[in-house]
Amino acid sequence: MLADALNSTPDGFAEALTLVDGLDDALVQGLARIDEDRATVLESFAAAFGGSPLADRIADTIGKIIAGTVTDEHLVVLAGARAALLGAAHDALRVSLDAALGRSRAAWSDSPVVSDNGHLLAGGRSWLRELAIAGWRGVDHELAGGAAQAVQSLLAAPGTRRLAVLLDGFAAELKATAPVATLPRIPVRRWADLWTRALLLSQDGYPHFEATPIDGRLVLLGVDLHEHPTVFQAQAHGLLETPDGTVRLVRTSVAAAKVDTISGPSAWRMLSAFPIFRGVVAEHRTVEVSGMGLTPAGDLIWDESRAAAGEPADPFAAARVRLGSATALPAAPLDRHPGALAEPVLLEGYGHAENAFDLGGGVSVALDLDRLPAAGPLTPALVGSSTACLGLLRWDGRWLLQPLAVQAVVRKKPVAAHTGDWALGPTEAKAAKAEAAAGTAVDVLRERAGRLLRK
Amino acid sequence: MTTDGADFERRGSAPVIAPVGPRKLAKVPFVELADGRLQGVVSSGSDIERVYVSSITAGDHGLSCNTNNNRPCGGLSGGSWACNHLRALADAAVAQYGLARVARYLKADLADGGDDLWSGLHTTTAPNRAAEVFASFLRHLSYLEVAPATDPLPELQWFPAAGAVR
Repeated sequence: MLADALNSTPDGFAEALTLVDGLDDALVQGLARIDEDRATVLESFAAAFGGSPLADRIADTIGKIIAGTVTDEHLVVLAGARAALLGAAHDALRVSLDAALGRSRAAWSDSPVVSDNGHLLAGGRSWLRELAIAGWRGVDHELAGGAAQAVQSLLAAPGTRRLAVLLDGFAAELKATAPVATLPRIPVRRWADLWTRALLLSQDGYPHFEATPIDGRLVLLGVDLHEHPTVFQAQAHGLLETPDGTVRLVRTSVAAAKVDTISGPSAWRMLSAFPIFRGVVAEHRTVEVSGMGLTPAGDLIWDESRAAAGEPADPFAAARVRLGSATALPAAPLDRHPGALAEPVLLEGYGHAENAFDLGGGVSVALDLDRLPAAGPLTPALVGSSTACLGLLRWDGRWLLQPLAVQAVVRKKPVAAHTGDWALGPTEAKAAKAEAAAGTAVDVLRERAGRLLRK
Repeated sequence: MTTDGADFERRGSAPVIAPVGPRKLAKVPFVELADGRLQGVVSSGSDIERVYVSSITAGDHGLSCNTNNNRPCGGLSGGSWACNHLRALADAAVAQYGLARVARYLKADLADGGDDLWSGLHTTTAPNRAAEVFASFLRHLSYLEVAPATDPLPELQWFPAAGAVR
């Protein structure tokens, strides 16, 4: 049962994360300054890979780094080793969760197309190398701002948007906290995660997987919102029914660049290029999909010209009937990481504990209330009075449930609230008024851009 | 920074940047804490085509204010007494980032519970940075021209949308 998966830790899981922590701690002071204690930790990191295909390269890399040589080749080996450990941790968590949910998952079988963005990647790589050498504690204003040029050129090219968005979000955090030496607490795991992923994405020939055109009907379950200072993304989780009767659990996303002063409900305005997406999300409609691309990892590549709004469909009803038997898709090999787990679930009949749902039998699942966005109507109070919840199970040091929608009883009346309800603007008077005021930010900046940019 | 669960240091989604506060942009369309300065752009009260480019350096609290055509601001005129543009810039920064974050960045010497940023600044004059700051503003505006995207961005799982200040 779900409770068992939430309560247990897979074999070897804690040991794997301890190895990751050792490497992450070395990045705090930087690879240029490996003292004896850190050298010992790094050597045990290398030893853990003994007998694996990476054994020789990791042993050689760690030796060279301890001796004071840090090259791009060494860094990619470190990043690869860290990603391998976290990939295994991801697999262990996913297997136990799938078993608990009775969820069947397709096996990964696709072979990659190699991407070719070589000439654009060097700038990002050199910044990541400087960061690793200096360590987080060595990040000053100049180093924090050192990715700006690389981001500009990566953002301009279609094939490198993913890396550009990651580097920009990472750099924004370093800029906001520089000089990091004076920061009381450092997000050690987080920055190592972002650094590792960026370093891998900066390699020539990063594997890319083609999407296959597909027809069907998409029933939305819920919407997850993502944001950093220069991006806003709405990612819908849904059930894709194809004519052969298969029901797959898929995601589809739309994202727009923005600036930090555009946040909260008015961020939806940045997605004006996607009226069908915003409409079906706000109105809980199905989507008739014709020839939209589906990747082997379960990402339906949204295309307004291949989508048509269908009938209204209640996500809770859809989840009750179809979610249990839907086929889930595997993560792409290099995307495997515990932080990438976001598994749609429907919970009902739970009790309420402090910031948690009590599932009975002494098992509770903590609520990820930090992931209730200002751009939607869900509040901790609504979640706290809910009787049913559609959410994403995530793992961040422990299992967490991120609510995407709740059914609740407020003043003796049943209500439902979904994260995407404000996709066409807030439906609540007070929030709508605030959005109207904040929304002029977009207009003011567009006016300024029009006047000043093309001079 | 955490209640139960994993330590801040061992959380992939540890929050680093506090959500920015909403503010009106007409007067001060752009503020940032970057390159060791609080810097930004202040709209001219009289000429819609003109903006002032203003900055305060962290640590030294050096002031600079010029138009986008690189003429010195008459109010500051090379002195160390803040003009109205710099005051508007600082007000906007406090509205957007909160006083604590601005004070920490500038290394302002605020008394405990002090609520006036200027009381913690020992202002001096600083070299003209208008060209760099204006370039940064144009880069900022250029995000509004970037085409939207539908390809997967798996790393955004690390960046949940900002929560409400409830």
